[in-house]
Parts: sequence; structure tokens; C-alpha cells
Amino acid sequence: MPVPVLKQGDVLIASVQAALSDADLLELRDELTAKVGRFRARGVIVDVTALDVMDSFATRMLRGLAHTIKLRGADTVIVGIQPDVAFAMVQLGLGLDEIKTALDLEEGLALLRPAHGTNRAG
Amino acid sequence: MERIVPAETHVAIGHEADIVTARQKGRELAAEVGFTGSELTLIATAISEMARNIVVYAQRGEVVLSSVHDQGRRGVLIVARDDGPGIPNIDLAMQDGYSTTRSLGLGLPGVRRLMDDFEISSQVGRGTIVTMRKWVR
Repeated sequence: MPVPVLKQGDVLIASVQAALSDADLLELRDELTAKVGRFRARGVIVDVTALDVMDSFATRMLRGLAHTIKLRGADTVIVGIQPDVAFAMVQLGLGLDEIKTALDLEEGLALLRPAHGTNRAG
Repeated sequence: MERIVPAETHVAIGHEADIVTARQKGRELAAEVGFTGSELTLIATAISEMARNIVVYAQRGEVVLSSVHDQGRRGVLIVARDDGPGIPNIDLAMQDGYSTTRSLGLGLPGVRRLMDDFEISSQVGRGTIVTMRKWVR
């Protein structure tokens, strides 16, 4: 199942809808990498709220996606990792290294916004 | 009344899409057995990792899911079986941080932490069988 990608301002939002296959994740990486250029996006949010499991492959793919996007000049925030999924990742010994995470879409957008030239005092 | 023991569920693993099927069926079974919340996710994650091991290292194999009863305890039994190349040094493979291909993250030691019991037997050139159990608390 392909992941729909929305554009809001200079941020691309990819909402993972269900159990993601490996092929879907690779496709998502390629699509976001291309769209960052096409839409001159400054930020990318990957919403994984619907993911039931983040195993070693999914985790490595998200890390790879974020690094690739970084090399294209945009920031990535992974949002919506569920409490059970986070717990299982810790048990398994998986992390996202320096990749930014946020609670949900709203927090993810807030995290990206100050860095993108909006006039915010303080 | 004697409970009817449900049959084993066999999930053939030959393609990455089968990984998702195996963990979904495992989650369903675990919920029937009485697991809840984060434990369902731990079980599904362990199945996902082991099914992925099969796809990456052995190309094909199967995951067998069943419920188990032992001295009043209830749990799930997960067997991941393949006829692949086998693991030459199991002690090494069970060390944290060891993996023979880059496609695998942490592999076996991580999965062992997710489950209560974890046994592995492997013969080079013959294949690998991993047997895991988790008990309802």
C-alpha cells in the first residue's frame, strides 16, 4: 500500500496508514527524496502512528530515509511512535540515533517551523 | 471442561510480505491466549524479526504459532524454521551487536530479550530452528 504524501507550506507529510511492507518503505524513501527537490521542501514529517511494529528493518529504513533527506537539505521528524512500539524497540535495542521525533503531527510541525524562517521573536 | 487445543497455525515465509502476515497472525493468537497491550507488540516484534531472519538468510521457511499450557500457565509457542545455510557459531550470533549481514539490525539477542524462553538449534548446511515461548503474567 503506497503511503500518501501531503504538502503543507514547505513541509511534506507522509502518513503511514497500516502495516508497512519493506517495499512500501523503500518507495516512500525514494518518493520523499524526489519530492523534497520538486517542492523545495525544508522539512519532512513521517507519521508512524498506525505502525503496529517497528522492527530492525523498519527502524533502519527510517534512519536511512532521514539521512537521505538531510543530504537533500531538509529535516525529518518521525512522529507518532506508539507507547507499545517504543517499549518493544527499547527491549530489542533499537533506536533512531539523532533523528528528531515528536509526539504527534502538531508537535512535529512545531518542531520544524522555527527553523524555517518564520518571524518568531525570542 | 477440557479445552479444545487449537491447531497450530503455519505461516509459510518466502517473501517479505509474509513477515507482515506472520506477525499479524501471531498478534491475533496472543490476544486469544490472553496477552494484552505492550506484550502483544513485543510478541509481534519478535515474530517480525525472526521471519525477517528467514527471508534474509534462508530465503524460505515457516513460522509455526500455537498456544501452550503448562502447570496452569498459558502462553504462546513460536517456532521459526528454515532449511537455510545454518549458523556456524551460535554463541557468536547470540552476542549483542553481532550480525553477518547489514540487513539485520540486532538479531537474536534482541529477540531473546522480548520473549521468556528462547532456544536455537542450527546445523550448517541443514537449517535453523528457533523455539520461543512467552507466558501470560
